[in-house]
Amino acid sequence: MTLVILAKLFIYSILCLSLAAALGVVLLPNIFHAALCLVGTLIGVAALYIALQAEFIAVVQILLYVGAVMTVVIFAIMLTQRIADRTIPQTNKQSLPAVAAIGAFVAIVGSHLLKMDWSKAGWAGLVHSTRVSVLDLGKALLGEYVFPFEVISVVLIAALVGAVVVARKD
Amino acid sequence: MLIPLDHILIFSLLLFSIGVYGVLVRRNVIGILISIELILNAVNVNLIAFSPSTAENPVMGQVFTIFVITLAAVAATVGLAIVLALYRIRRTVYTDEINLLRW
Repeated sequence: MTLVILAKLFIYSILCLSLAAALGVVLLPNIFHAALCLVGTLIGVAALYIALQAEFIAVVQILLYVGAVMTVVIFAIMLTQRIADRTIPQTNKQSLPAVAAIGAFVAIVGSHLLKMDWSKAGWAGLVHSTRVSVLDLGKALLGEYVFPFEVISVVLIAALVGAVVVARKD
Repeated sequence: MLIPLDHILIFSLLLFSIGVYGVLVRRNVIGILISIELILNAVNVNLIAFSPSTAENPVMGQVFTIFVITLAAVAATVGLAIVLALYRIRRTVYTDEINLLRW
C-alpha cells in the first residue's frame, strides 16, 4: 500500500469517526457524555483541517475549541447537574418531524452536491497553488482585514464583561 | 487534494444536519448550545474546503474561519453564563420547564 492510500484511508476513517461522535453529541442521554463526544468531533475536524493544509486553523481549533470552549461547557454542565438526571428524557417529543425535515434537506442538498461537477473550468481555473503560511495570515489580519480584527477585540471584551455580569451572584 | 471536494462537502452537510437535529430535539439548554457548536464547525469546514479553489485570495477562508471560531467561543460563553444565572433562579436547565413568561 502506498503512503497516499494509507493517508486517504486514515482521513476517511477520521471523518466517519467524527460523524459518529457528532451523532453521540445529539443522541446520548447523559449530557456529560455528549460533551465528551463533542470533544472527539472537534479533534476529528482539526485532523481534517491538517489534511486540507490549514495547519494553523487546526491548532487554533484545538487550543480554542477543545481547550477553552469545552472547558467552559463542562464547567457549566458540572454546575447545573440535577440529582435525578438519569431518568429524565433528554429529547423532546419532536424527534420524528425533525428527522423527516432534516432527512429531506440532506437528500435535496446532497443530491445537488453529488450531481455538480466540481472540477469544471470555472472552479478549477481558480486553484491557488500557493500554500497559506502563518506569515500570510498575519499579514492579512493586520493588513486587509484589520477592521474586523479590531472589532472582534471589542466583541471579546464585551462578551467577557457581559458573561461576568450575567453570571455573578448578587 | 487528498480528499475530493464533494466528499468534504458531504461531511460538512451531515455535520450541519446533525447539529440542526440536536438544536431542534434536545431538552437540555447546554445540549442545544453544544449542537450549535456542531453547526459552526460544519460552516468552518466548508470555508476551509473552498478557500484554495474559489476564494480570490487563498487566505480569505482561513481568516474568516478564525473569526467564526472566535465568535462561536463568545456565543458559547455568554450562553453558558445565561444558563448559570437561569439555573441559580429556576434550578432547572430543561427547556420545557422554563416557562416563566407563561401563566
